[in-house]
Amino acid sequence: MAFIKRYKLDSLLLPLIGLGAFLMLWLVIAGRIETRKAVDEFGDPVTKTVKTGISPDLPTPGETWKASKPYLVEPFAKRGELDQGILAFTKLSLILVMQGYLIALLIGTPLGFFLGLSKAFTKAMDPIIQVLRPVSPLAWFPLGLVLFSSVKLMDGGGKTVFGASDAAALFTIAICSMWPAVMNTAVGVRAVPQDYLNVAKVLKLSKAKTLFKVLLPATLPYMFTGFRLSLGIAWLVIVAVEMLTGRPGVGGFLWQEYNAGSYSRIILCILTIGVVGLVLDRLMSLVEARFKTA
Amino acid sequence: MEFLEIKGVSKGYGLPGSRTEVLRDINLSVEEGEFVAIVGYSGAGKTTLISMISGLLKADSGSVKLRGEEIMEPSPERAVVFQNYSLLPWLTVFENVALAVEQVFPAWSQAKQREQVEKYLAMVNLTPAAGKLPRELSGGMRQRVSVARALATEAKILLLDEPLGALDALTRATLQDEIVRIWEQDRRTIVLITNDVDEGILTADRIIPLSAGPGATLGPSVAVDIARPRDRRALNHDPAFKHVRKQVLDYLLGPGGRQKTLVSRKLSLPDLLPENLNEPRTLFGVRRKPRRRSEEKLETVEV
Repeated sequence: MAFIKRYKLDSLLLPLIGLGAFLMLWLVIAGRIETRKAVDEFGDPVTKTVKTGISPDLPTPGETWKASKPYLVEPFAKRGELDQGILAFTKLSLILVMQGYLIALLIGTPLGFFLGLSKAFTKAMDPIIQVLRPVSPLAWFPLGLVLFSSVKLMDGGGKTVFGASDAAALFTIAICSMWPAVMNTAVGVRAVPQDYLNVAKVLKLSKAKTLFKVLLPATLPYMFTGFRLSLGIAWLVIVAVEMLTGRPGVGGFLWQEYNAGSYSRIILCILTIGVVGLVLDRLMSLVEARFKTA
Repeated sequence: MEFLEIKGVSKGYGLPGSRTEVLRDINLSVEEGEFVAIVGYSGAGKTTLISMISGLLKADSGSVKLRGEEIMEPSPERAVVFQNYSLLPWLTVFENVALAVEQVFPAWSQAKQREQVEKYLAMVNLTPAAGKLPRELSGGMRQRVSVARALATEAKILLLDEPLGALDALTRATLQDEIVRIWEQDRRTIVLITNDVDEGILTADRIIPLSAGPGATLGPSVAVDIARPRDRRALNHDPAFKHVRKQVLDYLLGPGGRQKTLVSRKLSLPDLLPENLNEPRTLFGVRRKPRRRSEEKLETVEV
């Protein structure tokens, strides 16, 4: 035990034990494939493969690996619109998420500032925000389609580059992921210590200078906490949006593979979504830590 | 015409009906170049008073005038040093002071602004810490930055709102000497608010007690006729020091003291019966909780 403690192996060992337990559980639920030899009613010997397990349709870890291998070994391969390497899909999804997320921040941050600065505005807007906030992406998407039904941008060849469904996808991501940024910015603005504002008042800083030299830096830590939570939600929404639009991406691929009945790749997609979400969150925490003041 | 003149000022908080008067009938005049200390109980409204001089708060009645002009809003000509330093934590020491200098002297060249900042950082002995963030400094150093920021704006009057309240006794003593040293260099008017009588006597020309609230008011002003530089060790035996101190304390503990009021209240005592160990345990192995016999007594308390 002293050996483990000295090299801090427990931080490596314990996660491995957790992972092992998880795989065991998966194996138990998925069961095993058994090949049985039997004699049919005509007296001929036949071999039957039977899967035994709690959920016989769930692929085993081995099957999952075997089916996912082509997507992992050539992560950027493009065999068709909906048959690409897993990182190629991830890239497509990330591009869409970033677009929607940027829109969310561009609208959400100023909105949060106004909410934080004006009590009257907060009172006017709060009921609407509280009602809109818990609405699921699945509910927003059809509204987006209706709202942007006339959007159609075509390239030279008459091919639609940006249609109603693209606009609706961005709309859904933006409106779902906006709220943490809005709420945290508002809270941050309200939490700016009165002392800092007194300093601004005594120095007679102009409105713009007070905003950029005092309010904004004092709010930044709160804002970035909101931005991190927002990014998490944006990444959650992407799967729903891609399932509804059928556009290529991790979520679209997942839905297609479900319809095609190859369940192993669903698991691949789920793991990819989880890992990418984790990486995004960690990256944002790094940025967040950078802006921590005092 | 007085330099700073406060006449019949009162200030209260809250809506009519449930209004509490914090300050009433405040009269004060300060000459140019004078160092005045206002000593009072905590919560008496000292910060409210200084906020009205700085313009952050407006008096309900009466007038606050600087050089005959009514004070309507905050201005850099009345620099405030706040108790909790109020440095912007994302700016370095230099930038904190520079923000004030740039704001007050926008017409100056960058080199001149820089020179100004460096001059006042040197005055408070903080030149080596110029590039540090406030969180890397001790409380005493932070307060010195705050003083440098106030001085660098070349304000006509410095308002020190319990600037040393959050510091330990030794740092306090050093900074008291430093404030006096800086004041002697350019004799700017200073109003120091403090809850420490000795600090007031040690630093100021004149010391004015503020009575306990609610409805605090200023007591008789006591001139401190002790030659400068004042030695804090010799001061304890100085008869003039003892005399000033007695006068201020007599007011603060006598007519300006806390008004005591008698209040009758019903108090319920925590009257518990001990646990009965003879009682059998219940199903879950727990005995019945001790019983509480509620008993109320009418008591008169001095608050």
